[in-house]
Amino acid sequence: MVKLDLLAILVPALPLLGVFITGFGRRKLSAYAAGGIATAMVALSFIASLILFLGHDGQTHIVHLFSWIHVGAMDIPFAFQIDALSLWMMLVVTGIGTLIHLYSIGYMHDDPRVATFFAQLNLFSFSMLLLVMGANFLVTFIGWEGVGMCSYLLIGFWYTTPAFNYAGRKAFVMNRIGDVGMLLAMALMFYQFGTLNYVDVMQQGGLMASGNPLIVTATLLLFLGATGKSAQLPLLTWLPDAMAGPTPVSALIHAATMVTAGVFLVVRSSVLYELAPYTQDIVLWVGVATALFGATVGLFQNDIKKVLAYSTVSQLGYMFAALGTGDYGNGMFHVTTHAFFKALLFLAAGSVIHALGGEQDIRKMGGLKGVTKTTYVTFLIATLAICGIPPLSGFFSKDGILASTFAANPVAYAVLVFAAMLTAFYMFRLLFLTFFGTYRGTAHPHESPKVMTVPLVVLAILSAIGGLLNIPHIFGGHSWLNTFLASAADGIGMHPLELSAGTEWTLMAISTALVLLTIWYAWSLFCKKTTLDGEPADMPFLKRLIAKRWMLDELYAWLFEKPFGWISKHFFSIGEEKIAVPLTAGTGKATLGFGEWLRKVQTGNSSFYLFAMMVGVVVLLILTYFSA
Amino acid sequence: MEHVMTAIRVVPLDSYLVLSFLLFSIGMVGALVRRNVIIVIMCLELMLNSVNLLLVAFSAYHSDPGAQIMVFFIMLVAAAEVTVGLSILVLMKRNTDSVDMNILNRLKW
Amino acid sequence: MLYLFYFFAAISVIAALVVVSARSPINSAIALVVCFLSIAGHYILLNAQFLAMVHVIVYTGAILILMLFVIMLLNMNMMIEVQKPAITKILAVITGGLFFLVLLAATKQGLSTPVPATFDPGVGLVKSIGIALFRDYLLPFELSSVLFLSATAGAIMLAKKDNSPNVNRPPSSEPNGNAA
Repeated sequence: MVKLDLLAILVPALPLLGVFITGFGRRKLSAYAAGGIATAMVALSFIASLILFLGHDGQTHIVHLFSWIHVGAMDIPFAFQIDALSLWMMLVVTGIGTLIHLYSIGYMHDDPRVATFFAQLNLFSFSMLLLVMGANFLVTFIGWEGVGMCSYLLIGFWYTTPAFNYAGRKAFVMNRIGDVGMLLAMALMFYQFGTLNYVDVMQQGGLMASGNPLIVTATLLLFLGATGKSAQLPLLTWLPDAMAGPTPVSALIHAATMVTAGVFLVVRSSVLYELAPYTQDIVLWVGVATALFGATVGLFQNDIKKVLAYSTVSQLGYMFAALGTGDYGNGMFHVTTHAFFKALLFLAAGSVIHALGGEQDIRKMGGLKGVTKTTYVTFLIATLAICGIPPLSGFFSKDGILASTFAANPVAYAVLVFAAMLTAFYMFRLLFLTFFGTYRGTAHPHESPKVMTVPLVVLAILSAIGGLLNIPHIFGGHSWLNTFLASAADGIGMHPLELSAGTEWTLMAISTALVLLTIWYAWSLFCKKTTLDGEPADMPFLKRLIAKRWMLDELYAWLFEKPFGWISKHFFSIGEEKIAVPLTAGTGKATLGFGEWLRKVQTGNSSFYLFAMMVGVVVLLILTYFSA
Repeated sequence: MEHVMTAIRVVPLDSYLVLSFLLFSIGMVGALVRRNVIIVIMCLELMLNSVNLLLVAFSAYHSDPGAQIMVFFIMLVAAAEVTVGLSILVLMKRNTDSVDMNILNRLKW
Repeated sequence: MLYLFYFFAAISVIAALVVVSARSPINSAIALVVCFLSIAGHYILLNAQFLAMVHVIVYTGAILILMLFVIMLLNMNMMIEVQKPAITKILAVITGGLFFLVLLAATKQGLSTPVPATFDPGVGLVKSIGIALFRDYLLPFELSSVLFLSATAGAIMLAKKDNSPNVNRPPSSEPNGNAA
């Protein structure tokens, strides 16, 4: 299988090559050259993934590059795992990545550090591919940290604004909290299984009893890592702040790919999760709570990207809810469709921002329908898709999740349907305020160049027809994606829905009807007339609480920052100033004084040196004699 | 030949040990008490020779030619050392007009 | 034969003492010649004829002649050597004596093999030395030629009369010398 090996190495190697070319040539390359090279590298990587995908035979292939860590019983190879799951993620990452790289050529063309931007974007693609292709937890962890670092770099890309740097730092620190969980989980698994290779861990783990405390702990810790990366409660406050980065970054990293890494990790370890029902319950409820949280906060945001960010949080909650019910196939399906329509939403929002010369406040938009036609149409398609209007892609993935949640827990189902209604409300509020009514700003809107609209159109088509990937049985489909992924992860397809066709039809009708109702309500509020929200201070209590993100940041500040600040301050004033500094400075002073005294031994008189040496020899010999 | 061999049989190895220790100690004391550089160099040679003597004695008593090769190389090094040392001495005399060890006391802080 | 050993031993120790205590460097050098010759006698007693020859050639023939030359060239006999204070001398002698005693004490236990039971008469002869030198120790032998070459070159470099203007001048005048 030389061809497979070569292609598997090429997929991550090409973006890495792009990093070197654009990174080292950043002073020489023009904006278009850098963008072109970076895009070409990811596109070639996509083609390589496609060839691998088309030639896939349903088996799991391990591509062994070299033995990486070999200490005692620990043998960790640097290897890639090519199976249905990683292939699917590779396609999503490189495919969406190519479109977003292409879009960035237009979006970033007048930035002075455009080549650096593309180098970092390519580095992100490389890390993300490493993450999804790794054949053991440690290789995945490299990618995991790599995407975290790229996320930090790209959030703070415009580093001259301090707030952006703080946002990047916040994302990094929050991710670290999750990473600790992942590291501990790896240590635990290595302790238990003596290996970190997915294949071996899953094989050995699969033999253990359900509810084994060790597996529950390991899966909980892994889930902690996933909550950090995928912005689930309680580690989600970094994602809205991460919108400080350039819009293509928000689209690629904070909507389409990196934030789904947590979902990927859980699906990758699905065998273990299947054995830990407690963890599954926790995953379900965290997902449901996050979905509701994101949807509510999205209601009253005025920044176009913030609305989308909370929407992302909410949709990620859906994915985890699906994972919590054991419906891994629909979770991955939603990852895919969400990657389509959320990337599209972000790119379209970027197009709007670009058209308005950097304006992000939806209160100063409006009436853009006529000016930016392509953007409007694609944004509309994406909005319909995310709201779950049939037959767009979001309908299939979301209803799949809702159905499996209903089967698992009706209460969770009710909450998710409510969140879906909220989603429809805030998305259409966004749509109406941005594109309908009259223009309320001062800039001169213009449609974006072709290089930006082409990706929009492609993504719009994908958002529209993406549902075809996984048509459920009741529509006469064969759940193709589920079947495809089932060869990779044992958990997928293990729970056939135990709902009658009638129940499923009813569920779909209910959710669709409720969503349509909400859309009508939003229309009446924001399209017939224009209702603008003021500042949070003027709102009634509950609304103010929601608009201020349920005070989550303030809660963390009160819960962690203040006590830690207090402890740090006292550690500094007592530990540092009273103990550590005198100790270290005193040591230095003592050494200096002793040296000052001792240097008098250095007389420069060679006879004296000789004498000292002889005395030393005598003393040594005496010591030897008496010790022998 | 037979004569010499019996001679070695008669003298115990300890005697050579004592002799070479004595020569070494004398050389050392000389290096310590004298200030004339050339005398110090001579004393160093004396110490080297005492070591040579001991090595040869061991070699003979253990029937191992390796130690004698060692002595051979020590002689080589000693010759090289004396060559350089004496030229340094000449240079020192030329520059400071003295061969006193204590003149060379710049090697300090 | 034991007497022969004691004879050479006495000569070498007395000569060594003269080396250390003689006032004039010439006397020291002559005493050293005597000492080295007696050590050569020891070598012959130990059946190391080859080394005895090399020893006489290298030490008495080359090194000491070189030293005598230097003494003569520098006219050292006319110099009055500054003596060290008596306390230093006493201390040095005590240290030396202590060193000797400690060495003796340290080796006394381990070495009580008086004479070897078997003895190879050919060990110190040219043949066995030559075989060992050119078979087992060929590389060090060749490398030592490099050492010699560099020592010779170094000696020439050091002792050569340096005509460059920077040498032997007080440091304060150096900048001017460099500027010129």
